[in-house]
Amino acid sequence: MPDHDHDHHHSELSEMDLRVRALQSVLTQKGYIDPAALDVLIDTYQTQVGPRNGARVVARSWVDPQFRDWLLRDATQAIASLGYSGRQGEHMVALENTAERHNLVVCTLCSCYPWPVLGLPPVWYKSAPYRSRAVKDPRGVLADFGVHLPETTEIRVWDSTAEVRYLVIPQRPAGTGHLSEDELAALVTRDAMIGTRLAKDPAVEEAA
Amino acid sequence: MSHYTSHADLGGLPGFGVVAPAPEGGLFHADWERKALALTLAMGATGSWNIDQSRAARETLPDYLKLSYYQVWLAAIEKLLQERSLATAGEIRSGVLQQPPLPVARVLQAQAVSAALLKGSPVLRTPAQPARFSLGQHVRTRSAPAGHHTRLPGYARGKQGVIERIHGVHVFADSQAQGLGEDPQWLYGVVMEEAQLWPERVSGSGAQGLKVSIDAWEPYLEAA
Repeated sequence: MPDHDHDHHHSELSEMDLRVRALQSVLTQKGYIDPAALDVLIDTYQTQVGPRNGARVVARSWVDPQFRDWLLRDATQAIASLGYSGRQGEHMVALENTAERHNLVVCTLCSCYPWPVLGLPPVWYKSAPYRSRAVKDPRGVLADFGVHLPETTEIRVWDSTAEVRYLVIPQRPAGTGHLSEDELAALVTRDAMIGTRLAKDPAVEEAA
Repeated sequence: MSHYTSHADLGGLPGFGVVAPAPEGGLFHADWERKALALTLAMGATGSWNIDQSRAARETLPDYLKLSYYQVWLAAIEKLLQERSLATAGEIRSGVLQQPPLPVARVLQAQAVSAALLKGSPVLRTPAQPARFSLGQHVRTRSAPAGHHTRLPGYARGKQGVIERIHGVHVFADSQAQGLGEDPQWLYGVVMEEAQLWPERVSGSGAQGLKVSIDAWEPYLEAA
């Protein structure tokens, strides 16, 4: 991760570092925040809640038809059964990609994203290029990710305009019948669960 | 009323260039971004404002498009704190307490963080009346600007669509953002054809085989 938190010195503190430090200081003095809670919040989204959660949901749906049906019928409950729930995932809907329809998720108005299954959104998801183009030129956006789908495939874009959060279930790659659930989960990338990529194809990975 | 301007309503706007994909991980560029996130969540937990007021504070920042994501979040907390007299501009700048604190509804303690995140803030409410629209029904979205924070994107205003999902009765963002309470309303998934949304693009460079779904509260919709 291109992080720089271990190499900053006081002389190198940026204007933003100082501004956040001042804010944290005054909010602590006012008693509005527990500074120890900040560390727990950061640790949660840095090390515990991320797209590996969603990958486990997808892999389970690939191997367990009953779970898949439950996920498509009541994603909130099905996902909670694997231990993922809560903030920014209170009301979940799962969208299954098929040969006929490819789903793509965006929030044109801000950065709504299913945190319990995908963690915090990547920078590009929150960026103006993605938010502006996804609803108008999704095939162009997919091309930015190197993805080209048949013209006959419907592209369905889901703009997250309320508190419903969407998880894309990518298509299971062919020839993966021998893989374990954990091995399948490793094929499921964050971007595949947003809809900007497909699940990794182990045949292509090996050939590359 | 109508002078409210959101700088965050980006759907369909031209000129922002290509998307820059990035590998998983690498969510923060600097330590202050982590802190901005955590301060936003911790102050949100005090109940001093709701999520829609928070979104309204962000999208009305005049320099929204020039700021990075976490700069937007930080500027919004600073604005909300000052609007509610929870902190002064001088205190925020200096980091030194100059006024006594105001009472807040709760303070998120470290040991309560996990439970609070796992619980979240569900917005589903018990219906007070039946849904006005049914699955498959044709509807048209409101065409006038809201004049306040709203979750009906500009590109989807005054457009026809079809009710595809009925999500239940949800807290209404427009009312919550204005401090008018939860005002729960039926929420629908409405699907729109690309010829409806982007007629000039479809007649020009051609159709992409695209449909767009939005989630729309009942007050956004009328029968078509």
